[in-house]
Amino acid sequence: MQAIGARAVSLGLAVAGLSAQAQPPSGQAQSPRVITSFRESFPTRPPADPAVVERGKALYGVNCAFCHGADTRGGDSGPSLLRAGTVLDDQKGELIGPVVLNGRADRGMPKFSFTMAQVEEVAAFIHSFRAAGYDDSRMTPPSILVGDAAAGATFFAATCASCHSATGDLRGFGGKFTDPKLLQQTWLMPGSGGRLAALMVKVPPTTVTVTLPSGEKINGELDRLDDFGVSLKQADGTHRSFRTDGDTPNVEVHDPLQPHKDLLRVYKDADIHNVTAYLVTLK
Amino acid sequence: MSVALVAQKPGLDSAQLLRPLADAWTSYSGDYSGKRYSALKQINQTNVKNLSLAWVSKVAGGPGRGGPAAPGTPQTFVGGEGTGDVVVAGATTIKGSILEVNGILYVTAPDNAWALDAHDGHELWHYFWKTKGGTHIGNRGAGMWGNYLYMETPDDYLVSLDARTGKERWHTEIASFAQQYFSTTAPVVVANHVIVGTGNDLDSPGFLTSFDPETGAVQWKFYAVPMNPGDPGLETWKSLDAARHGGGQMWLPGSYDPETHLYIVGTGNPTPAYTAQARGDGDNLFTCAIVAINVDDGKMAWYYQTSPHDTHDWDSAQTPVLVDAEFRGNQRKLVLTASRNGYYFTLDRTTGEHLVTSKFSDTVNWAQAELNRKGQPVRNPAKDYDIAGALVSSANGGATNWPPPAFSPDTGLLYVPTAESYAMYYLTETDPRGAMGLGGKEELNLNASTSYMTAIDYKTGKVVWKHKYRSASSRGGASGVLTTAGRLLFGGDIAGNLVAFDPANGKILWHSAIGQVSNAPQTYMVDGRQYLLAAAGDTLYAFALYQ
Repeated sequence: MQAIGARAVSLGLAVAGLSAQAQPPSGQAQSPRVITSFRESFPTRPPADPAVVERGKALYGVNCAFCHGADTRGGDSGPSLLRAGTVLDDQKGELIGPVVLNGRADRGMPKFSFTMAQVEEVAAFIHSFRAAGYDDSRMTPPSILVGDAAAGATFFAATCASCHSATGDLRGFGGKFTDPKLLQQTWLMPGSGGRLAALMVKVPPTTVTVTLPSGEKINGELDRLDDFGVSLKQADGTHRSFRTDGDTPNVEVHDPLQPHKDLLRVYKDADIHNVTAYLVTLK
Repeated sequence: MSVALVAQKPGLDSAQLLRPLADAWTSYSGDYSGKRYSALKQINQTNVKNLSLAWVSKVAGGPGRGGPAAPGTPQTFVGGEGTGDVVVAGATTIKGSILEVNGILYVTAPDNAWALDAHDGHELWHYFWKTKGGTHIGNRGAGMWGNYLYMETPDDYLVSLDARTGKERWHTEIASFAQQYFSTTAPVVVANHVIVGTGNDLDSPGFLTSFDPETGAVQWKFYAVPMNPGDPGLETWKSLDAARHGGGQMWLPGSYDPETHLYIVGTGNPTPAYTAQARGDGDNLFTCAIVAINVDDGKMAWYYQTSPHDTHDWDSAQTPVLVDAEFRGNQRKLVLTASRNGYYFTLDRTTGEHLVTSKFSDTVNWAQAELNRKGQPVRNPAKDYDIAGALVSSANGGATNWPPPAFSPDTGLLYVPTAESYAMYYLTETDPRGAMGLGGKEELNLNASTSYMTAIDYKTGKVVWKHKYRSASSRGGASGVLTTAGRLLFGGDIAGNLVAFDPANGKILWHSAIGQVSNAPQTYMVDGRQYLLAAAGDTLYAFALYQ
């Protein structure tokens, strides 16, 4: 349920109010916890004594892992503990303990005769895993390259070759990228896919032609555009702005990426994967 | 001095809460219907070109200067369960509805509430909540009952303030902070219930709580997912454990039908949001649905699911709109919703009977061409995500999102801020058990968004007109919407303008460049003058006619 607005906040750009709120209570040397992205919204648990966690791990491995998985994320017969409300609300075994000691007969969980110290050790081990809504992947696919390069070459010749050439502007294109995902994002929409991607290809500026009622045409790089005006930079470096009222004066935008945008309605996923497989061969 | 001024004003009586939107703005949508249609018409099509800026007021979040206020300056009251050592970066942004009751405006942002004089915007009091943390994405506004205000905090408390002074009356826990709930929505007051939803991105169950407005005692809880053996909908989940971690957060306010006592609200996405294998292949009820809850006992009267088995975090939490209108020759009690998934629905709101489905986005490609026999879109699993990348419209923000729509009975049209966008969705977690929450995928936006004001005919679902906001950049983010009996439609564009349209045809009649409008425009009348009110970040702009 991520609402829009997340992107801007996650960058943590604006810090108005930061200084006003940064005062820790007097007498505490503790530095403030600064939340600059949604990933950091919730506090992490302070690390437990490694020796306690190790003892908990050993107990867990013998008694719990068979059902709940070695990583506490669940197995064939037991649910994930990592996201369980009882575990999340637990501090040091006070909520986990009764479940371990009494079992949950209605759900097929047996009881275990642990000492309270052992309950705390097992709890410390379970709590050593981070539970997070922005869950980082633990097993990642080796490559996104699944396409057919020959089919990609055919698609490229039919669809892309009117603007691009494997021996011209895209010569060596595949060699520029170590990450095929970045390559794929870049050919799909140059500049998309994050800050690194934006550095990979220089996208020509969007230009605009404003035609005045007199017929005079003013051309330049687009600075700003909305329903009420347009601003542009002319070839001599001067800026001009025009108020617009509906289609007067007429504003014609030339977006160099427009063909890329239009093609998003055309591609099948296989086309994309094939073209990527082809472009990585352009070393 | 300021405190005394507020103290003289009487509070909000429950009869006022039942009135259609006009002079005052008494709840999240202005009235219970969710229409955001104001009867005010002092500002109208003829004179809107003469609107001028009446006042500007900038609010400042944070704990204030501390200690007693200097004479003549408003006081900041500080509450909260935090120890003061959590700092949330980012500017104060007003994303919620602002209440207007008896000449006072009540404004909120995460951890902050303010009272302002509605005549000139000067501050009367400020309340600041010391947070423990939680997702500070926004605050959707306050609820009011008598002299008392209610607001939610990102660390999951319901706080009641005395509206006359800004002093805290009490606060009570809504949900478990340790389970990573965060609470942003506007409480909705119905009779002697304060109805409160919450949010969560860690596979915890979504629920509504009804609190006693006087004491804060819990009256009932409604869960959006099955929580116990035998609960309805359980067969649509892989297991009880999956259902109990199935999400469905109701993170926006619903609407209320006083005749049937039904609170009608949209539920959020199922969780885990993307790697859905832990949920099974079923519909995952009652996530991504419109549900009708009886306010007296918290029991569900009916539901209609607008996204069976969602796999893109496209919740159906958008505030539903209640309309009494003609439909195929009969006067019907309807509920309308344009969903984040790109589909529009008209339902009967007493029974949940499905009447209309349409696709309001030209680009949305996640579902098959044909609807099922219940009128629901049918997902195409190939567009869930893919290791090599699936090209999907919409991007995560969806075809529409929280910015509220509006409905005009004059035109019979629902006005929705919409966007068309694409992203590549990559599966990054190959563990067959999947990931938690929003994890397990990488979504890379293709920077090809266009934003619109879209007008939908509730009888057919057809888009009657849409205005594409002209912009030099590709992005979404048009604001929520207001419409009035002055035959006006207001919304913020994506280039920093507050815009007035002719609701019949989308012709632009007026605009003002106040910056990116961050809430839905509102209107109210005090001392015979109608004001148009909108927020841009931390600043409120009020417009009125002076000729």
